[in-house]
Amino acid sequence: MEKSIVKKIEEIIPKERILKELSDRYSYSYDASFGEYLPDIVLQPASVEEISLLVKLANEYRIPVYPRGSGTSLSGGPLPVYGGMVFDLSQLKEKLVIDKENMIAVASAGIITSEIHKKAEEVGLFYPPDPSSSNVSTIGGNLLENSSGPKGLKYGTTKEYVIGLEVVTPLGEIIRTGGKTVKNVTGFDLTRLIVGSEGLLGIVTEVILRLIPKPQAKKTMLATFSKFIDSGNAVTNVLAAGILPAAMEFMDNACIRAVEHYKPSGLPVEADALVIFEIDGHPLAIEEEIEKCRVICNKNGATSVKIAANDKERDEIWAARKMVSPAITQLGPTKISEDATVPRSKIPEMMECLYAIRDKYNLTLVVFGHAGDGNLHPNIITDKRDIEEMKRVELAVSEIFESAIKLGGTLSGEHGIGILKAPYMELELGHSLELMKSIKQAWDPNNILNPGKMFPQPGQTKVVLT
Amino acid sequence: MSAPEIQRHNELFEKAFSKTNLCIQCGYCLPACPTYQSMGTETASPRGRINLVKMAAEGKIDVTKDMAGPIDLCLGCRACEIACPVNVPYGQILEAAKEIIQKEKPKKTKDHFVHLLLTKGFTNPKFLNLIGDATWLYQKSGLNKLVQKTNAINLVAKPLGFFEKILPPVQKPSKRTKRGEWYKTERECKGKVAFFVGCVTDAMMHETNNNTIKLLNTVGLDVFIPEKQKCCGALHAHQGLLSETKELAKENLDVFKTSGIDYIVNSAGGCGAMLHEYRELLHDEPEWQQKAEAFSKKSVDVSVLLVKYGPLPFKREWNGIITYQPSCHLSNVQGVTEEPRQLLRSIPGANFIEMKDSDSCCASGGIYNLIHYEESSKILASKMENVKNTEATTVVTSNPGCLLQMKHGADKFAKDYKIETSHLVDLLVKLID
Ligand SMILES: Cc1cc2nc3c(=O)[nH]c(=O)nc-3n(C[C@H](O)[C@H](O)[C@H](O)COP(=O)(O)OP(=O)(O)OC[C@H]3O[C@@H](n4cnc5c(N)ncnc54)[C@H](O)[C@@H]3O)c2cc1C
Ligand code: SF4
Ligand code: SF4
Repeated sequence: MEKSIVKKIEEIIPKERILKELSDRYSYSYDASFGEYLPDIVLQPASVEEISLLVKLANEYRIPVYPRGSGTSLSGGPLPVYGGMVFDLSQLKEKLVIDKENMIAVASAGIITSEIHKKAEEVGLFYPPDPSSSNVSTIGGNLLENSSGPKGLKYGTTKEYVIGLEVVTPLGEIIRTGGKTVKNVTGFDLTRLIVGSEGLLGIVTEVILRLIPKPQAKKTMLATFSKFIDSGNAVTNVLAAGILPAAMEFMDNACIRAVEHYKPSGLPVEADALVIFEIDGHPLAIEEEIEKCRVICNKNGATSVKIAANDKERDEIWAARKMVSPAITQLGPTKISEDATVPRSKIPEMMECLYAIRDKYNLTLVVFGHAGDGNLHPNIITDKRDIEEMKRVELAVSEIFESAIKLGGTLSGEHGIGILKAPYMELELGHSLELMKSIKQAWDPNNILNPGKMFPQPGQTKVVLT
Repeated sequence: MSAPEIQRHNELFEKAFSKTNLCIQCGYCLPACPTYQSMGTETASPRGRINLVKMAAEGKIDVTKDMAGPIDLCLGCRACEIACPVNVPYGQILEAAKEIIQKEKPKKTKDHFVHLLLTKGFTNPKFLNLIGDATWLYQKSGLNKLVQKTNAINLVAKPLGFFEKILPPVQKPSKRTKRGEWYKTERECKGKVAFFVGCVTDAMMHETNNNTIKLLNTVGLDVFIPEKQKCCGALHAHQGLLSETKELAKENLDVFKTSGIDYIVNSAGGCGAMLHEYRELLHDEPEWQQKAEAFSKKSVDVSVLLVKYGPLPFKREWNGIITYQPSCHLSNVQGVTEEPRQLLRSIPGANFIEMKDSDSCCASGGIYNLIHYEESSKILASKMENVKNTEATTVVTSNPGCLLQMKHGADKFAKDYKIETSHLVDLLVKLID
């Protein structure tokens, strides 16, 4: 980066928060996907004013700006594909206020999500979105990716809880959207537009979140099925019975085997699928509901059903699900984690497609996910050094997306588009992609903020992994 | 790139690349890392360091210019390993990186001094005894008071000055444990253990070693001190002196005969971790592998044996709140977390309170607190806040390095607030006498 520009940056933020060394630049060249792009400089702004001035400077000199939280994105969201500046917002964390009376939380963008969980629970409140990265990822990153986890079915995703924002626009202006009221219909809903925008429409510095009362109790159950289709029927019938579980997580046979191999805990390795049901609410209600779930599972051919009697047994059940990721990484060094999502009723069909793709390309492919909301995580385990296999992976990934869209689904349920799924956007969105581009153009005429993401390059139709 | 440079990159590639590749860059280790917490940059995080080692192995960055700094600032506390969902062997990556750095480093005076001290000093019991004797004399003569008063030493090296102040009184040479001797239990003998006395502990904190023997005897164990035992090699490994570490390990394997002995016991978490890892250290040397395996399997922390063969016959009560700063290497490498706490909870009269983030490193980290005094102080300051919040009157540790660090912390950040520091073993002995 030119000395004269660095000098101007030094007039805005102190030297110790300007990282120029090669080691620092490399340390912000990755996220949890597997892209690698070297930024020219990394900045750690500490206030909205600093960010505003820096973005104005970036516009003046046409330098790309890449906002970054904790870099746990699985789609390449914060990667500086055109160099420029990375803004490390993980240190923007001076504020976290829980307003019990109004049931809201006000947090700086760099606050770690699990901090919000903890602080809210201390006063009997609840912030439901819980991506499995919640101990590491920032609330800002969660918002911009519209993250969620197992509780999406009952409680919705992050966007359901964001009611107000403080944002620096791509031109460097400081604005506020929404507010502290749950009801707000004044003007366009910019809050919703920014949530999930993957850092293309503004840099979020502060968020106002709606909280809800903490459910009094929960009950957890593990059911196994010898036929995948039975597990699908059980899930549908539970919902048809008027029960809305907080979570319905499933794992396929390959996941069960991997977990059992990684840490034996008595899971039936011959089972085609297992589903974890969790019900939360009033203690009396959940007793009744979990019992109904048990009956439904049994009627639908479950081979075993176990309801956790206490916290320890509950943890044991969840341990199986939490072990999936580490267990499957033992199968190979490179894990390509997708999150194609289909309407719930299409899960069995989608599973058939996935297995056909697995066989066609001869790949190690395992599937787990959130049965309740149709959010599947097909994971391909491979070795990125094996170029020939990676070529097959590229084709398989394309087919996964095509299948999801054909079944009325979407490219991403929670991990975002970033660079990895940009090529498929047109496939899903058709002309509305043009409308999205025009919004980006209007907000960010100089294309300063997170360029290279979400929109495909002209003629780009496939992901390139090799 | 020059030919030797390329060779270094290749060597690093051989030693560490495939291990760095195991990292899925999920960041789960970030919240566990004390240097990431205190410095706030990815470069000072485990994920960042692993990536830099990978970049250096791939030849994208320079070992000395780019990788060495961030690696040097790592405490080696290994908390990241515990947090990692896919078991990336961070310790091995760190060691490989240090070894390469050590080879490439232009020898600065300070480094040279450390190097000399480690290779010539810490491997030599005579030298250590000499330091011990000199320190004893120095303390006895009252000279230390004078030095402390005039702050003369601070002018030379401020950090060293702090540690000079908190160094415990060293024992008279004649009172130290004799090597090559058996210390037999007066009770019915339940087992035989060989005692690894540790070089620094042996020279400077001899009392703790005597107390360890006493406690082991009390629970019915015969204790033997092999005469020619050497430094465990941990300090050498941390400095990247791998071949020296291996030499020391082999000498110790020869000295500690594992047959006829139930355990090899130690009371220093850092040394214990090294002994625990001899098997990994020598895994590629077939003729040593088996011996190392047997040795590592038998080596345990004193707390484990005290719980196993206890309970201790307490005669006294301890009043006040006790809190515990575990040694990272005891918790994260040896996996011993419950036993010391169990012992503390069993003390009559005492109230054991766990401090917030007790498991995070106190930033003593071998000789980290001497080399990176300022960085270490930042971490120590927040640690002392957590200690104070428990309202403890005693803070107990399980490693001599941590003990010195806590003493220093109490001295520097808790002056207004009187707090005693003690090694677990020393505290327990006071209550059974
Ligand atoms: C092991 C693992 C498990 C995961 N599990 C889940 C899961 O269950 N559910 C789920 O939804 N996701 C999951 N993820 C993905 C990831 O954790 C989420 O996308 C998370 O929200 C990213 O947060 P972050 O702070 O790391 O942001 P980053 O990855 O740093 O950035 C994410 C995006 O947000 C932008 N951004 C970040 N902060 C700001 C800001 N303040 N202003 C403007 N733009 C910003 C970046 O430019 C980027 O586009 C998982 C990831 C991993 C590694
Ligand atoms: S060893 Fe400790 S200081 Fe070093 S990276 Fe791991 S957690 Fe951080
Ligand atoms: S937790 Fe493990 S896999 Fe994840 S970033 Fe840290 S070292 Fe890598």
